Amino acid sequence: MRDDSILGQLATHFLLISLLAVGGANAVLPEMHRQVVEVAGWMTNEQFAQTYAIAQAVPGPNVLVVTLIGWHVAGFAGALVSTLAMCGPTCVLAYVVGGVWYRFREAKWRRAIQGGLVPLTIGLIAASGFLLAEGAARTVPTALYTAVTVAVLLFTRVSPLWMLFGGGALGLLRLI
Amino acid sequence: MVPLMAASTVPSESAPAKTASGEASPAGSGTERPTPSLRELFVGFLSVAVVAFGGVLPIARRAVVERYQWVDSDEFTELVGLAQFLPGPNIVNLSVVIGARFRGVPGAIAAFSGLTLAPAVIVILAGTLFARYSDVPAVSDLLAGLAAGAAGLVISMAGRMGEPIWRRREWRDLGIVAVSFIGIVVLGLPLPWVMLSLAPVSIALAWWAIR
Repeated sequence: MRDDSILGQLATHFLLISLLAVGGANAVLPEMHRQVVEVAGWMTNEQFAQTYAIAQAVPGPNVLVVTLIGWHVAGFAGALVSTLAMCGPTCVLAYVVGGVWYRFREAKWRRAIQGGLVPLTIGLIAASGFLLAEGAARTVPTALYTAVTVAVLLFTRVSPLWMLFGGGALGLLRLI
Repeated sequence: MVPLMAASTVPSESAPAKTASGEASPAGSGTERPTPSLRELFVGFLSVAVVAFGGVLPIARRAVVERYQWVDSDEFTELVGLAQFLPGPNIVNLSVVIGARFRGVPGAIAAFSGLTLAPAVIVILAGTLFARYSDVPAVSDLLAGLAAGAAGLVISMAGRMGEPIWRRREWRDLGIVAVSFIGIVVLGLPLPWVMLSLAPVSIALAWWAIR
């Protein structure tokens, strides 16, 4: 019985969070933290921070922090329920809106919305990149490595993976 | 170190070898874009997900636009805008919209599963391992270097997406880019506020520009 109620709470929590997540999973991280640490007490502050770092360090969508929180709270079932609650309803919405979007691609209202969202999107991605860079810059060489990565990826066709592996290797050698 | 690595990224495997799956697209003629099969959608998003450290979007852009050429660059930026405006994880929304466009509901499910299944297993394994080795300093050094590269990756993606606007000197759009950036980074405003206040302005400006 107790497990059922925890799964129910996870489902409700992440379903509500997902509907707030305009702009992506990172945008609702403070709200997740409030619920998981302060309200429900499922994790300590340190556990939450570590969980986030792990989810960032492994490959894949950053919504995986939700999977890991669910795993921590209620094992496999928790991971499954949390992930599906976070992704399911919004996927259905994306499916429906995506179809309508494509069908009306010549309509003026659609082109205006589209044209208006493009620069906003670019600004927001630039902003989250900058915030990530700020968080990652533990030393001056670390910040320099970020700048070098930006330049290399903007002006060459080097695969981003090499810049990530390079960063990991330099970090491991304590050079940045 | 760089030139050696550059060679591997030239998109050479895009056009041929499309017949590998039985469900090849009927349109074989000239300039038409290939229609990916369910298997190609699954494998495509899987191959993006398992190498996407620190953010899927830049890797997805390379794969979907440059390697597989399922959508063109402008369309990708539009789809990202749509995926961001909709609630929910952006990249998940993007996979659903792209999968659905080519193969309906099964396509959406194929793209979504490709994107999330393997990474979910990996993150749980990593979480279990990290709990055991959390006190090894090399682990945190590695993560710190990885994070520095990942941040550069995201910034450069914004640069690439903004290139057409910059090249056409569209000051209206550049203004929106600047104001949204300042709102988040300098003023520290919550993202929903920035989106909900700037989106109507930006859309109205776009509507006015179309006339």
